[in-house]
Amino acid sequence: MFAYYVRLALISMRKDAVISLLMVCAIALGIGACMAFVNISYVRGWDPIPHKSDTLFAVQLDNWSPHRPITADGRPPPQLTYLDATALMAARRAHRQAAMTGTNFVVLPHGENARPFDARGRATYADFFAMFDVPFLFGGAWDAAMDEGSEQVAVLSRQTNDRLFGGEDSIGRDVHLNGRVFRVHGVLAEYKPTPKFYDPNTGFNSAPADIFVPFALMASMRLSRSGNTSCWKPAGDGFDAFLASECVWIQFWAELRDAEEKQRYLAYLDNYVNDQKRLGRFERPLNNRLRDVNQWIDDHYEDEGVTLLVGVGVMFLLVCVLNTVGLLLAKFFAKAPEIGLRRALGASRRALFAQHMVEAGCVGAAGGALGVAATWLALRGISVLFNEDEVSEMLTFHGPIVAGAVALAIVSALAAGVYPTWRACNVPAASVVKTQ
Amino acid sequence: MPLKCARRDPREEPLLLKMQNIAKVYRTDTVETHALREVDLVVDEGDLIAVAGRSGSGKTTLLNIAGLLETFDTGTYSLDGEDVSRLSDHARSRLRGEKIGFVFQGFNLIPELSVFDNVDVPLRYRGIRASERKERVHAMLETVGLAGRARHLPAQLSGGQQQRVAIARAMVGEPRFLLADEPTGNLDSETAEGVIELLAAMHARGTTIIIVTHDRSVAARASRVIEIADGRVSERDD
Repeated sequence: MFAYYVRLALISMRKDAVISLLMVCAIALGIGACMAFVNISYVRGWDPIPHKSDTLFAVQLDNWSPHRPITADGRPPPQLTYLDATALMAARRAHRQAAMTGTNFVVLPHGENARPFDARGRATYADFFAMFDVPFLFGGAWDAAMDEGSEQVAVLSRQTNDRLFGGEDSIGRDVHLNGRVFRVHGVLAEYKPTPKFYDPNTGFNSAPADIFVPFALMASMRLSRSGNTSCWKPAGDGFDAFLASECVWIQFWAELRDAEEKQRYLAYLDNYVNDQKRLGRFERPLNNRLRDVNQWIDDHYEDEGVTLLVGVGVMFLLVCVLNTVGLLLAKFFAKAPEIGLRRALGASRRALFAQHMVEAGCVGAAGGALGVAATWLALRGISVLFNEDEVSEMLTFHGPIVAGAVALAIVSALAAGVYPTWRACNVPAASVVKTQ
Repeated sequence: MPLKCARRDPREEPLLLKMQNIAKVYRTDTVETHALREVDLVVDEGDLIAVAGRSGSGKTTLLNIAGLLETFDTGTYSLDGEDVSRLSDHARSRLRGEKIGFVFQGFNLIPELSVFDNVDVPLRYRGIRASERKERVHAMLETVGLAGRARHLPAQLSGGQQQRVAIARAMVGEPRFLLADEPTGNLDSETAEGVIELLAAMHARGTTIIIVTHDRSVAARASRVIEIADGRVSERDD
């Protein structure tokens, strides 16, 4: 009977084309608004490095003001000072560790007519690449020995290598950054962790950096910072004063392979902070934290209000479903004579209920198909509001979301169809067959 | 004391329908309308019964109750030996689909479905296989003389042809009992005669028929004529 009901549904939808189109559009709009936000939430909820997300930890130390915490819920700052980041790096107590921060470069390509362009940089340590399983197309990470030196080496993203060297193997070649010459040490293969968990400050959904350089160059070359800098007391004048300040601006990640390593590292952090307390720093109670990748994402995800947006989307979908209920009521009541006739011809209420629920489901399926397009349009609309490149992954339409959009549309339409179908199927058959 | 049409010899033909003391009242907040009062009716297998009466006398209510489209307030009703008063909606639908065919004054064809699909409807609800349904529908359309019109929509047919489609639909399930509510009411006399001939042919094949009609020529062909006035039934002896 299902195929028969589907055929009847299509005939009915064709007969009342305008009202059917209105219902399909209502469902599609609701789905579009809802699923666009769900898509964003879905992408943000991804585990970007599932095979080791429970062994990678963002390190947090609470160097904030003794008078008030940095956040109302008492969490420590999400970033470290230069003093602490370099001290933890020097101690090398984790299996792997990397301090990092965003920076900016002006890149001068080769060739007489080449025009300089801006590139997003990341200053970090060699462990960054191994710790986050960053894939290489050519070459590899710089040696750990270069972390502390002043050697001007760079790792390029594939896109940057394509732009500068036409995609060729550029290992050993020069690249001009901020008027200085760097040697290419590696070229990344496609690398796009989603979300870009290691630094929420430069856009959780933005692409990774175009160029990676050793962290030590931040100080020696006085590179500019890109990202958030938070201070609870004045940093003082000059670059050196800033480096020695209590301003936090550096992300710090450690790879700790098991609970024991984690415990040991936490103990080390406590000891480190206690030592610093003796030097007059860290006036707040001990509040060191190690947040694994998913905890870290959750911490920052909550702040960005996506859940609220999903809620708004769901509310909008509910409004659309309520509109569909009204339209279905009108449509199914208009079909009361046919329903009465079918009852006279042997259809039970159950059969008629099933028939009309299938019709509601067909409206939902059509709404779902159109809803996928509406979701795509909504995501494109969001991209107009934001820098498209920075939110590109967030705006990519993912398979489960497409399937979810269609499924949600069908479920919504079925929910919308229950009451109208029940009402229509309970119209006394005898009262309508005579009047048809 | 009202006349009741329950005259029969139980040793004769097997009984198909038996109503005893049936009453039906329609109620609104302010008005009570007694559509049927103390109706006793027996119908034997093979009867052709004409039901006559003025508009509003209760003819259609009687037909709807007989066809299990409507419930009644008091009395008992058994169809083919089965007490229908306590049947569930599902069981009543099954019984209706298997044993009763309906023909309406307004034809009541589904305009979006072809002739074939209209005739096919009752068979669908009986869960009959596609190949058998196809065979039966074509055979029935052949019987009513519309084999060449299977793919037409109702709007492409004349009134008489539409009523023949409705009769084909009513008969395709081979019901034992056909209920026709003024089947010639919307037809001119020549076309109506054709429809009456068709119903007579169905009766000749053994179908028990109750026809609500104002048409004296239809009543003249009936084996029994029942009159309804103010919800009470009586049987004419002519």
